[in-house]
Amino acid sequence: MSNVNVEEPKSLFIAPVSKPAPGSVGKTGTWRHEKPVINEEKCVKCLLCWLYCPEDTILRREDDMVYVDYDYCKGCGICAKVCPVNAIDMVPEG
Amino acid sequence: MYVEIVFHGRGGQGGVTAANILAGAAVREGKWSQSFPHFGAERRGAPVRAYARISDKPILRHSQIKTADIAVVLDHELFDLVDIPGSVKDNGVIVVNAPRDFSVDLKEGQSLFCVNAMEIARELKLFVAGWPVVNTSMLGALVKASPVVSLDSILAEIKSYWPGKPGELNAEAAKRAYENTVRCI
Amino acid sequence: MLLTWFQRGDDGMVVKTLTGNKAVAHAVKAARVKVVAAYPITPQTTIVETLADMIEHGEMNAKMIRVESEHSALAATLGAAAAGARSFTATSSHGLLLMHEVVWWTAGARIPVVMSVVTRAIGPPWNIHVDHNDIWDQRDSGWIISIAENNQEVFDLTLQAFRISEDPRVYLPMIVGLDGFILSHTVAPVDIPDQEKIDQWLPPRRQPYVITPESGVVMGNLAADEDYYMMRYSIQTAMVEAKKVISEVDDEYGEVFGRKYGGLVECFHCDGSKYNIVIAGSWSGDAKEAVLKLRDEGYSVGVLRVRYFRPWPDEEIRRLLSTSKGVLFIDRSISFGGKGHLLTEAMTNLAESTNLPAVRGVIAGLGGVDVGADEFYELTKSFIDEVEENGPFYDPLYWHIPQVYRGKYPERLPGYGKFSYERR
Repeated sequence: MSNVNVEEPKSLFIAPVSKPAPGSVGKTGTWRHEKPVINEEKCVKCLLCWLYCPEDTILRREDDMVYVDYDYCKGCGICAKVCPVNAIDMVPEG
Repeated sequence: MYVEIVFHGRGGQGGVTAANILAGAAVREGKWSQSFPHFGAERRGAPVRAYARISDKPILRHSQIKTADIAVVLDHELFDLVDIPGSVKDNGVIVVNAPRDFSVDLKEGQSLFCVNAMEIARELKLFVAGWPVVNTSMLGALVKASPVVSLDSILAEIKSYWPGKPGELNAEAAKRAYENTVRCI
Repeated sequence: MLLTWFQRGDDGMVVKTLTGNKAVAHAVKAARVKVVAAYPITPQTTIVETLADMIEHGEMNAKMIRVESEHSALAATLGAAAAGARSFTATSSHGLLLMHEVVWWTAGARIPVVMSVVTRAIGPPWNIHVDHNDIWDQRDSGWIISIAENNQEVFDLTLQAFRISEDPRVYLPMIVGLDGFILSHTVAPVDIPDQEKIDQWLPPRRQPYVITPESGVVMGNLAADEDYYMMRYSIQTAMVEAKKVISEVDDEYGEVFGRKYGGLVECFHCDGSKYNIVIAGSWSGDAKEAVLKLRDEGYSVGVLRVRYFRPWPDEEIRRLLSTSKGVLFIDRSISFGGKGHLLTEAMTNLAESTNLPAVRGVIAGLGGVDVGADEFYELTKSFIDEVEENGPFYDPLYWHIPQVYRGKYPERLPGYGKFSYERR
């Protein structure tokens, strides 16, 4: 909306507002016990894993092939569960 | 100048509207006014009250009117249901819509003015939802009995309240009532 | 004399006879509100009814959101306001209580919103008449809370509320109270200033942030306890600023439109008077009449009318307590197990007072019980005469019992009796 006049507060002002940003509690990738590994040959680019990932850590390339942001993936395994062609394996961490 | 007026009517007869028009007429004359209904649930046909205050100074008070200077009674049968003489001061004025030869017991010192507003409504074919309209007539009768505001202000306020023909008709009713109001006690 | 709250015949002035509720609607229209969301409740309904009518007939360029409850009404109002629209809602009594969660949410969000509260008793039993327990119940929520004496002030306060609430020093929502039926349904003359003048006086809406799909802002996330604490601190900071802003707005409004009320309080002969009544709302006018009569009889007495309950007028009350021989508080509400609200608040200023005045707190008019100028006269006269005769005392909870029950119940309950200062 272009006609909204946002003006800086002129007294001490602490509002309960925030903007989404990656990594506000650090790199959550270290929380992981198992990591999702994508088998690109099996992948049919349906993007269900991309839709379902609760942490926005399944990323999408221009050709709709997906890859994982391991810095923030917590290893919950939802992507592997929803994949209709079993193209994602959950592999135990080191 | 400070006058308090109570309107006795039946739910649906337009007592509240009459009080509002009176308040508006007073403001037209540069006076100060208030009008308010009796606060509570109202039913069509049941006895109801509305009030007005008129003053030449700003009115500070907002409390209820217990005994008014003037009572306007939209239906003479209300005398059987409500203590109307008790709602006005001992030297108060009561203006009633009643047929000719109407008589009632008042307190010593009170006076009664009568007009047949039903007849005026019938003459003018002034009906709303099957009921003859008497509230605007009674405003004409009121200012004849006691010139709290001028008839002209009442007519002007009625015409601005209902623009067009309904306003003209109601103003005519008020004018006829003004002309026909007589002291009966 | 403060009798002329407006001068007739000023340029561009339109005096209409309006109910208090219609005066609200005209102020909301004049403020060019963009969104109204409300749910009907007696005696508020005719405010939104009038606004719906104005919107329907194109007199007002706004959106009316019909909702299923008051909780949703304020939620929708807050949502629209957060997105950048000047927004308004109105309610009473039970509606306000149902809304109470969102009342806090709105203040915490620091989003400017204006709400009319048409004061009304809370059930059971059902009662639709005036009482201040509903409005004072919002006391702790972070809203600015004001209350009017007459229909003209209803219009003026409602218009001012947008200016105060949207001031970048404040950014808090604001309640404008008007007494149920006594103002809401009473017709009285109201001067509506020229729209051009209003447009010049009221700046376009300002707010601290907007929530839109593009802004990416979210409000109300889980926050650290320490951050939560500091947000509370910052609301109090805004309340301190609001005191200044309210006073400035009252002054400027007075200059532009010719009506000035005195800021947080209205002092009616209170400066230099030995005795004073502290009161709020529409019956203040009856108290003023009583005071005028007493002054004619030689009594030194005035009225301090509380216009803003939040922020509380600490400075004004401290000064009143410091300079009065006796102060009579009239409350139309009671905190059960506590005392009347005006007295309770004012007593927090007593330690700052340079003087210990006689104090009486009166509970009167609950559920719309009528208290007129004659009764204020009697209450005030007997208070003054008692102090003059027996010396100062603290009498915090005197029940002005309705006429039909008077004499049948004690006016003071055990533990809340009259305490003579000589016993200290």
